[in-house]
Amino acid sequence: MSSRDVVLARVRRALADVPRGEGPYDPPVPRDYRRVHGTRTPEETVELLAVNLADYRALVHRCAPAELPSLIGRLLAARGARTVVVPPGLDPRWLSAADVSVVPDRAADTARDLDAVDSVVTGCAVAVAETGTLVLDGGPDQGRRRITLVPDHHVCVVRVADQVVDSVPQALPRLSPRRPLTWISGPSATSDIELDRVEGVHGPRTLEVVLVGAGAEHGGAG
Amino acid sequence: MSRSFLGMPAFPRAAAVSTRDTRLRANLAHATHTIRDKRARAVAELDDWAQLRAAGAAIKDRTLRHLDHYLEQLEESVVAAGGRVHWAADADEANRIVARLVRETGEREVVKVKSMATQEIGLNEALADAGIRAYETDLAELIVQLGDDLPSHILVPAIHRNRAEIRDVFRREMGKWGRPAPEGLSDSPAELAEAARLHLREKFLTAKVGISGANFMVAESGTLVVVESEGNGRMCLTLPETLISVVGIEKTVPTWQDLEVFLQLLPRSSTAERMNPYTTTWTGTTDGDGPRTFHLVLLDNGRTDTLADTVGRQALRCIRCSACLNVCPVYERAGGHAYGSPYPGPIGAILTPQLRGVAGPLEQSLPYASSLCGACYEVCPVAIDIPEVLVHLRERVVEGGPVTRHGARVVLKPAKGHAAERAAMRAAAWAFDHPGALRGGMRLAARTRRLHPRRLPGPGRAWSDTRALPAVPAESFRDWWQRTRGGAAGPERGGRT
Repeated sequence: MSSRDVVLARVRRALADVPRGEGPYDPPVPRDYRRVHGTRTPEETVELLAVNLADYRALVHRCAPAELPSLIGRLLAARGARTVVVPPGLDPRWLSAADVSVVPDRAADTARDLDAVDSVVTGCAVAVAETGTLVLDGGPDQGRRRITLVPDHHVCVVRVADQVVDSVPQALPRLSPRRPLTWISGPSATSDIELDRVEGVHGPRTLEVVLVGAGAEHGGAG
Repeated sequence: MSRSFLGMPAFPRAAAVSTRDTRLRANLAHATHTIRDKRARAVAELDDWAQLRAAGAAIKDRTLRHLDHYLEQLEESVVAAGGRVHWAADADEANRIVARLVRETGEREVVKVKSMATQEIGLNEALADAGIRAYETDLAELIVQLGDDLPSHILVPAIHRNRAEIRDVFRREMGKWGRPAPEGLSDSPAELAEAARLHLREKFLTAKVGISGANFMVAESGTLVVVESEGNGRMCLTLPETLISVVGIEKTVPTWQDLEVFLQLLPRSSTAERMNPYTTTWTGTTDGDGPRTFHLVLLDNGRTDTLADTVGRQALRCIRCSACLNVCPVYERAGGHAYGSPYPGPIGAILTPQLRGVAGPLEQSLPYASSLCGACYEVCPVAIDIPEVLVHLRERVVEGGPVTRHGARVVLKPAKGHAAERAAMRAAAWAFDHPGALRGGMRLAARTRRLHPRRLPGPGRAWSDTRALPAVPAESFRDWWQRTRGGAAGPERGGRT
């Protein structure tokens, strides 16, 4: 008898009290929790996203689509970034005003190669306002998971018109479980010393979020 | 890496020592009170918390009641997505499987994401015996590993250490494992975090094998979920060529949609955040992104025995948030090590005796490591009625009876050392069945009340050391009722006769 059979047989014996006719989806699950907490206009939802991102120490910027290249250029210059890794499907115009050497993400590159890169610029799949979360799903403008992990500075662009949702229950149906996902809520942090939060451990220690299409830029450039 | 929970003393003996450790008491009081208030605020932000909690409990119950179905579905989904699934009936088997999988890669070092399941089975020690060095990468696990210490909290295994102690461990030990601590390292949390970043960077960049647990496994899609803060999880889950995840069978949830409940409940309950900094989900393997080989080791190790107990099985709903530890007055004073397992606090007091059985003195003592105040139940995001299970397990310890061990039904003998408790309970049961004797006994007690000792003699002495014996009234309630009919005839009711 394989261990698989042993464990499954134990499970079945343990569940002798469950009526024979009960199916796997029969035990009721009440789903009367909220799909969204509160009512907001689309502008208020974007504002909440900005507030919650900033609350967890992400640096938030806003701009109109035409201003995006110059804003990204300024953010990279302020950081002193000389090399920037980008996913294969990133709109080349985004970096058109940046005075940096662009490193394409190549499968042959090792983690150590990425460690020598200053910054990474990506888009995202979804942003969740209530939790201040960006979700990356490896789409063409986001790339492999490692490129947003190893460099210490991540600039993530959110198109507010079609990428911002209010809540976690609204985000999941827009994401495919088949794709590897990374949910990011602020820069790397830890609560491991005296249960108090400090930012900056292994992931990018600086996370800059650009909300595109939400009016003019405001807030400090990192 | 040499210390383990094997042979730990029973809770009262361990707690008698730890409660006198004033530094430990101060560290724990500081940390648990910090997080308590923050959790309350994070939970208060959601006005549907009660509904989310009920849904979380119901999803877990649905899964547990049909666990065979969901495990088979999960296996099928993981395999279809390019993963390999292994089944382990107990800790030894899981350790053997993992050691073999690592050896097959030809590697002798692995990087690890913090995982309760691998703590539970003693994987690091087993790998060391097989000549494989496991590097813990979670900051608190790193502190525990470098300090040759034991974990004392589910979320923050080094909660018993304050910042100055952590600095000392880093300065003393980091150089023995890799890059030493920076010169002049202070005890500021930011500098300590930076030291951990530098120390582990090289390991992440060169690691070929990663080992993790998982917070959730989605049966319908075969997706695994790891919730973390530091990015060490992302490093271990995405940079190595081979990923091995050891996960308890109860971590299964049926659907992708079910995550909408747990991704709201877990971060707010554990780190008191709206959302933890990083969550990674993956399904089998993905071409060109992340590990090329993925192994899932499904672990029983006492979970099916727990499942067989219709009262105790609710403990398997646990999502390891540690909210119950942070509010527990007993945990705050005794500390995590006194619970003698990687699962301390209220959840440990019901989980350890069920996973291991109640044959040993430690396991027999754990259901008593509680004042039954109920704070743990109140904060539990999946509504585990911990006090109910504690009382149930106390009964099992004292009375014995039929239980399931290693999948077989056995009859447990009553535990030694509870003879007086059993005799008292039997006497009480007899007296309540015999009203005449009860009345006579109560009258005798009332008449002799001036002669009653303040402390109990014999085996009762320890109990009355810390408790005041109730004073026996001059007249029993039954006699008073018979005389006055509940005060209906008494002057205090205005003499309605």
